[in-house]
Amino acid sequence: MAEVTLQNVSRHYGSTAALDGVSLTVPDGAFVVLLGPTGAGKTSCLRMVAGLDRPDQGRVLIGGQDVTEASPAARNVAMVFQQYSLYAHLTVRQNLEFSLKAPGLKLGAAEITARVSRVAEVLQISHKLNNRATQLSGGEMQRVSIGRALVRDPAIYLMDEPLSSLDAKLRADLRIELKAIQAQSGATLLYVTHDQIEAMTMATHVGILDHGRLVQFGPPREIYEAPVSLYAASRLGQPRINLLPAALFPGAPARAKTIGLRPEQIFQGEGEEGQVQRVEHLGDQTRLHLSYRGESLITVTDAHSPLRAGDSLRIRPQNPFYFDADGARII
Amino acid sequence: MSYSITEPTARVKWLAGGLVVAYALITLVPLLWIIATGFKSGADSIAYPPKVLFEPSLEGYVNLFTDRTRATPEMLEAAGPPQNWVEQVARDQGQVIAGPSRFGERFLNSVIIGFGSTALCMILGTAAAYAFSRFRVPLKDDLMFFILSTRMMPPIAVAIPIFLMFRQLGLSDTHLGMILLYTAVNLSLSVWLLKGFIDEIPVEYEEAALIDGYTRFQAFYKVVLPQAATGIASTAIFCLIFAWNEYAFAVLLTSGNAQTAPPFIPTIIGVGGKDWPAVAAGATLFLLPVMVFTILLRKHLLRGITFGALRK
Ligand SMILES: Nc1ncnc2c1ncn2[C@@H]1O[C@H](COP(=O)(O)OP(=O)(O)OP(=O)(O)O)[C@@H](O)[C@H]1O
Ligand SMILES: [Mg+2]
Repeated sequence: MAEVTLQNVSRHYGSTAALDGVSLTVPDGAFVVLLGPTGAGKTSCLRMVAGLDRPDQGRVLIGGQDVTEASPAARNVAMVFQQYSLYAHLTVRQNLEFSLKAPGLKLGAAEITARVSRVAEVLQISHKLNNRATQLSGGEMQRVSIGRALVRDPAIYLMDEPLSSLDAKLRADLRIELKAIQAQSGATLLYVTHDQIEAMTMATHVGILDHGRLVQFGPPREIYEAPVSLYAASRLGQPRINLLPAALFPGAPARAKTIGLRPEQIFQGEGEEGQVQRVEHLGDQTRLHLSYRGESLITVTDAHSPLRAGDSLRIRPQNPFYFDADGARII
Repeated sequence: MSYSITEPTARVKWLAGGLVVAYALITLVPLLWIIATGFKSGADSIAYPPKVLFEPSLEGYVNLFTDRTRATPEMLEAAGPPQNWVEQVARDQGQVIAGPSRFGERFLNSVIIGFGSTALCMILGTAAAYAFSRFRVPLKDDLMFFILSTRMMPPIAVAIPIFLMFRQLGLSDTHLGMILLYTAVNLSLSVWLLKGFIDEIPVEYEEAALIDGYTRFQAFYKVVLPQAATGIASTAIFCLIFAWNEYAFAVLLTSGNAQTAPPFIPTIIGVGGKDWPAVAAGATLFLLPVMVFTILLRKHLLRGITFGALRK
């Protein structure tokens, strides 16, 4: 395992910047999650580290060594692709063994078998080892792709939305499993996801990408509690942060254009009255859709709330975020 | 009964089956007639009305592989009893065997030239198709069109320049010359077909292999080739069929040394009159290699012609 650093990396495709001056350090043993909407440059970022694409500008370092010009094979990285890429002409076992049989690695047959069985066990695919890769369901294919990475012992694991096509239960299991593997072995991961819970529960660090620029990097709680911008604030949180005109509530700073209210930043029972539009009982919590002075917002209340549509509820901001006209946070 | 898009109804199946059988009969009858004629005696082969049932004879095959001379009864007497069954067959026609015919040689030439050019074409074609599919080749589209355009003209239209070129280069009537010629003719279509197949293989497979610690060539060899096998097999069959059946250039450019079977078979002349059983026997043997090759690759071929429809 090793520390991975991107130094001022840029990559342009025609006029679009896939990556624009990204500087990022993935500390040894860290679990870094990249967040950003589609097209933000998450996959591009992983491909730079893997060596599948060369930066137009900037450097890539793995374990302190400049690998900007090194071939993918020389970098010792493992990658799970966004579109799972199993070798269709091979069985599941052969797929898992493929990287272990690479020339230059020279592992013994017993060692290879042991590693494959261990990973197959963890991913619950032991009974499919002799199937052809094409005879698997989408979720099984995705588990095999994860397995193809996990059998290795690379400098860094790169995973591009590895859990996206799994059912909720399996996803939760694998989330815990991946986190456990990382905690035990001290593996370094650079991980892309759109899933809030994955980001919050697994990451030691979160990087927020916006049009190829890294706009914030830090521990997930820091991103959640101290976002630098409106954009960063809206990447995390469920339900999403409410973004309303700043003038809606009293006490906004002069430059503020937008007020950002997460559910826990909305104090209930004081302030001005709003109307409950809809109540969603989710089990462990209840979501309230409110209308407040012509704007609508969503907040959370306790699971057994007696509130119903049509009721009134007083609310006021509590330590809200304010953003200026450019979307930057006013502190 | 529920309706299914993929599962035909029983009636449709019968209809489809019937059509296939009818078509097979139409196409197979001439073929079966050729095979049967190969086992007829000279008289049966030209009998009118045609004989469907006949006494099988190896006359055709013996005549195909031997040169014979007509002998008077006294000469036959003097030659003593026949040494083996082959000679017996010749004697029965009132002939003695003068030596082996050139058919074996011609057939071997066909095999060398047909399979040689197919192999060469596959090697060059796969390499070129891979490069066009994966690398940033300058003027790629124009080059691809140029490659295809070489096939737009019937090859025989350039017969005279090729004839002159071959004479200058000493390639006339050589195996190498014919292999190069058939490869050149087949290569353009092969590159196009193969590029289509390789384009369908997602580049992620190779990228995954690169990350797994393989070099680009190893990735090509271990990942791309096996998945392109279907395309390579079907393209190879197209190439082989062309090279195997090609007649015009073979007549023009070969005579003694490198002559292939197609120009040779029609020249099989019996001792006195056209020897139809021998011609039919030659045609039958000539059909076999392509048939065997196609049957061996049939699993790939069927998948290839549906252009990867079965592949995920
Ligand atoms: N090979 C390429 N050719 C042209 N443009 C590309 C290429 N690869 C990426 N891009 C562009 O770069 C930008 C970033 O792409 P990238 O794949 O990194 O997005 P992403 O964040 O992974 O998105 P998603 O969440 O949809 O996977 C996009 O605008 C994309 O169109
Ligand atoms: Mg992506």
